[in-house]
Amino acid sequence: MPDELEFEKPILELENRIAEIRAAEGEAASRDAIGKLEERLRRLQQKVYGSLTAWQRAQLARHPKRPHALDLFRLLLTDFVELHGDRVFGDDMAIVGGLAGFEGEPVVVVGHQKGRDTRENIARNFGMPHPEGYRKALRLMQLAEKFGKPVITFIDTPGAYPGLGAEERGQAEAIARNLREMAGLRTPIISVVTGEGGSGGALAIGVANRVLMLEHAIYSVISPEGCAAILWGDASKAPEAARLMRTTAPDLQRLGIIDGVVPEPVGGAHRNWEEAAGNLRTALREHLRQLRPRSPGELVQDRYEKFRRIGVFDEPA
Amino acid sequence: MAWFWKKKEGEERPTKVQIAEGLWVKCDSCKEIVYRAEVDRAGRVCPRCRYPFRISARERIASLVDEGSFEERDARLTARDPLEFKDTKKYTDRVKAAKKATGLEEAVLSGTARIGGHPLVLAAFEFGFMGGSMASVVGEKLTRAIELAIQKRIPLVIVSASGGARMQEGILSLMQMAKTAAALHRLAEERLPYISLLTDPTTGGVTASFAMLGDVIMAEPRALIGFAGPRVIAETIRQPLPEGFQRSEFLLQHGQLDLVVERRELRETLRRVLAFFAGPPSQPAP
Ligand SMILES: [Zn+2]
Repeated sequence: MPDELEFEKPILELENRIAEIRAAEGEAASRDAIGKLEERLRRLQQKVYGSLTAWQRAQLARHPKRPHALDLFRLLLTDFVELHGDRVFGDDMAIVGGLAGFEGEPVVVVGHQKGRDTRENIARNFGMPHPEGYRKALRLMQLAEKFGKPVITFIDTPGAYPGLGAEERGQAEAIARNLREMAGLRTPIISVVTGEGGSGGALAIGVANRVLMLEHAIYSVISPEGCAAILWGDASKAPEAARLMRTTAPDLQRLGIIDGVVPEPVGGAHRNWEEAAGNLRTALREHLRQLRPRSPGELVQDRYEKFRRIGVFDEPA
Repeated sequence: MAWFWKKKEGEERPTKVQIAEGLWVKCDSCKEIVYRAEVDRAGRVCPRCRYPFRISARERIASLVDEGSFEERDARLTARDPLEFKDTKKYTDRVKAAKKATGLEEAVLSGTARIGGHPLVLAAFEFGFMGGSMASVVGEKLTRAIELAIQKRIPLVIVSASGGARMQEGILSLMQMAKTAAALHRLAEERLPYISLLTDPTTGGVTASFAMLGDVIMAEPRALIGFAGPRVIAETIRQPLPEGFQRSEFLLQHGQLDLVVERRELRETLRRVLAFFAGPPSQPAP
């Protein structure tokens, strides 16, 4: 995917022009011209980013320069110690996690990890976990429970990996077990969809007391491409599928699935990692503060009720 | 074994008309044309290759439980259209068509029953209802079934036959995986047994939630069981899939199932397992 998204082009062009004028003529000499252009830029940004389609958000959520789990760990946490492996078969590089400090408090963190270039993406399997990844995640979350530490998970995956080994080693069972065990974990869990929340591979680390989404993140039952392939036999109709499935953060908030939307910098998290991480820090701090006084039993009850009430149906008398 | 149709010299193959009239059926597995009465007598199993044909939820329940013991619950739950989903057809029209085709309100039937005298909560999928897909109603009915098992302190049996989560309810369908798995956590905490029976096919979000969480997991022979569909896997890895991949026997070999059971043995196997759980505890649970 190109770094420059089609719908952003007019904005990026205007930004480049402003930068060029500034470089050529100096700040003082060009203040008037720049002022006008900057006003135009603001209006254009408002127009474009204020009315993003589901597909445009999907492109932002998948932007190769978007901060990934390890970037967010570095920006948000102290004393991170990465822990590897599921103690059974291997270490899945598509899910990372470990011990860390968040604002002085010990936490366990887990997240899907995508790569930024081809080499990294091959190592990380494009953020698509094998069963070992879910099993590592569960091992770390159970470690958190054992020592009474909160769990923070960052969701960013196209989905589980559709491969031979993943099936042979029981990825369905691994995902299912995580769902059940997370439901009963006697410690606070906060999950944040930071990029792409793709299907079961995403939910496998997403059964939390609080589920948040970054403003441009997406979360869906199947990838837009997969949905389009099934509905119309044509993956290129993904934009339409994304719209139909209501995959955006505002959609999910309306449907009562998530507990908060974390604002992103203008143009998306990739434009300003520090600002994105800062907003996320504020949200995590607030939700942890609310969950901290609760007993383990209350946390499990709270999580049960949160998922128990999801569903829309009729029941005529 | 003279009772099934054999390809002999001079013998006439059944005509299209006869197949359409229902005297003969084509086996989904071996593709042979077989005599319907023989298939029915064997419990809807192919007399040629022993492939268990897909059966409806009602047939499934009738084949497993003590006669007349099934009492349906939550029968009126019916789908809404929370996303106002319309592709080539409206979701509401798809649901309407599925109701008409199956005579059921949704893709799962649930209630109480007895097997060999043992009481249980039983849920069975109807694959004919939008591919047995799970959305809000299926998730709610299963969760209520699990909660009923807890309330009555009796075992739970779920018979799966499903393509997975239903796209037309989007994220709500995905979340039913978490909802049912969370309810199963409660069932496990209460030390109540859950037997999961997987039938052809059990894939996607159903496999990756309640279907793989049984205390005992059994499957019918040759059922397709997996998370990703075989077509998607073949496209991803760009090579043909090994023989028998994602079939019951393959899963058994890879340690994913407790046992594979022929259809005619299912009732007796379930009875034995239920009898085990119903027996007096040798020592009190901790
Ligand atoms: Zn056959």
